[in-house]
Amino acid sequence: MEPNTPTPPVPPPSRRKRRMTDKLVALVMIPIDWLEERSGIVGGVKYFLFRKVPSDTNWFHTLGSATLTAFLVQAGTGVILAFYYRPTPDEAYASIRNITNDVTLGWLVRGMHKWGASVFIILLFLHMARVFLFGAYKYPRELNWIVGFTLLVLGMLEGFAGYLLPWDQTAYWATVVGINLNGTGPVMGPFLAQFLRGGNEIGPDTLTIFYSIHMLVLPAAIAALIGLHLYLVVHLGVSSPPWSDEAAGAPRAEEVPRGPGLVQPKARGRVAR
Amino acid sequence: MEPPHGDDKPHLPSPSIWPVGFAVGIACTLAGLVVSTPAAIVGAAIAIVFGLLWARDAMRAGRTPAVEPEAGKERLAAAVDGEPEEEEVERYPRNKFLELSTLGLGGVITGIVALPVLGFAVLPAFTDQGQPGVDLGPTDNFPEGKWIETTFLLDPTKGEVSRRTAFIRYNGTLDNLPSYTLISNRCVHLGCPVQASGLRDENQKKTIKTNQAEVSQTPILPAGFSCPCHGGAYDTEGNRTAGPPVRALDRYKYSIIDGRLHLIDTYSVAEVEGEGAQAKIQAYGRQGPGEHVDGLEGWLYPVQPQDVE
Repeated sequence: MEPNTPTPPVPPPSRRKRRMTDKLVALVMIPIDWLEERSGIVGGVKYFLFRKVPSDTNWFHTLGSATLTAFLVQAGTGVILAFYYRPTPDEAYASIRNITNDVTLGWLVRGMHKWGASVFIILLFLHMARVFLFGAYKYPRELNWIVGFTLLVLGMLEGFAGYLLPWDQTAYWATVVGINLNGTGPVMGPFLAQFLRGGNEIGPDTLTIFYSIHMLVLPAAIAALIGLHLYLVVHLGVSSPPWSDEAAGAPRAEEVPRGPGLVQPKARGRVAR
Repeated sequence: MEPPHGDDKPHLPSPSIWPVGFAVGIACTLAGLVVSTPAAIVGAAIAIVFGLLWARDAMRAGRTPAVEPEAGKERLAAAVDGEPEEEEVERYPRNKFLELSTLGLGGVITGIVALPVLGFAVLPAFTDQGQPGVDLGPTDNFPEGKWIETTFLLDPTKGEVSRRTAFIRYNGTLDNLPSYTLISNRCVHLGCPVQASGLRDENQKKTIKTNQAEVSQTPILPAGFSCPCHGGAYDTEGNRTAGPPVRALDRYKYSIIDGRLHLIDTYSVAEVEGEGAQAKIQAYGRQGPGEHVDGLEGWLYPVQPQDVE
């Protein structure tokens, strides 16, 4: 430690120090460069993260990311719940009780999954409301609205399928009613209901069918559609709010030369070749 | 552009049947190795003969261009000029063929793999759905004119989840044949469990063992039946009196075997005329809750999933 000497406000880094920093940066960049050279993935991630967005985006634009986060929480907690859940009529309810009461922190993970399901749906609707009220569904983003709507439907089906899994009275009768509601659809309704039940009557097969739909079929479909949804967001660019001064139909951010009105992402690190 | 003159065609082997025969021979040999030795020998012979013929053809074809060295030179010159036109034109159909055959073969393979899987995903729900008969205990347990709420396992192999309830009343005899009313407790609105509106004598509850499972019988005094979910109400014949149900309660067919009441099958009912043994019932096939069986709305459900067995 040096004695109390007044230091200049911004001390120029010594040459030695700078050399150290360079070495450190090089050390960090070696694996990143290696990866980039062989996959181009770093450039892709940079393109995704540091793309330009309109300057007048606001907090409402974060609802989509919030929904995505809610989905990731559901996926993560769901995978862990599947460690301990047993989808058979005799054991399902007992295993749920075991998760809630006995497994360490099981109450927390199950609670996150249970309440997170509602959070996911609520955020879906808020995100949808934002897109609707901002008119962000209009040309050229109609396809993304359709993908988003499909995600809403799949998300609600996910909730329907997951509701049966605790296998208590509420779950059982809600599913009975839900399936029979589907059964009242004209012509194809009875077939849909029979397929969901796995037969004439609700039984062991119904539970495993719903389990499989809930944790394999729908999550895979939702994840794939989220990928498409995000691709379209990046491809089309983020929309400005309706009160924006930016002219509608202006070329997307990347094509506009640097100027006011656009967030300039700071150049960071060394761009890998 | 000047078209290349003369018979300067790119070297292509003439169409030949030998490779096909060779392939057949190889296939025959491989199959023969599994199935029978003579077949393998015959296959090998075919493969050798056709293979030799093919080789001889190929040799002869390979010698041909050497006879016309000038044509070869010309082609070389064309290639140097950067105009290997004809070759590209000739290559095009093969590309197309490979493209189509890849897509076609891929489609066929996908179909072969996916169809059985798809069948397995869908068909089990529609096959082998027959309902096994259920022994509900001796007929003495059902006194004339009294309602007995009977719970039983529809399919004991599936366990407690298949527990169902029937409201049963012995109506006395009609033309010397015993008559029973067996009403299913599944609400025909959306499938909730219908309850007896009236007293339920828990003290008189009997649990009897049949050779399949336990059956419990509780005397009830219903003024009708009602559903806790959405307020559907029925009279004691199962006719709708209030609420959203679209028809009368389903009923069970029954038979009496060795003095014991057996439940056979479920059927749906639009409306019951008359009461007890005198009731006139038009039986429809088993239909899901909320589905009309008669009238104009019945047309909405023209086909029911049938048991394919």
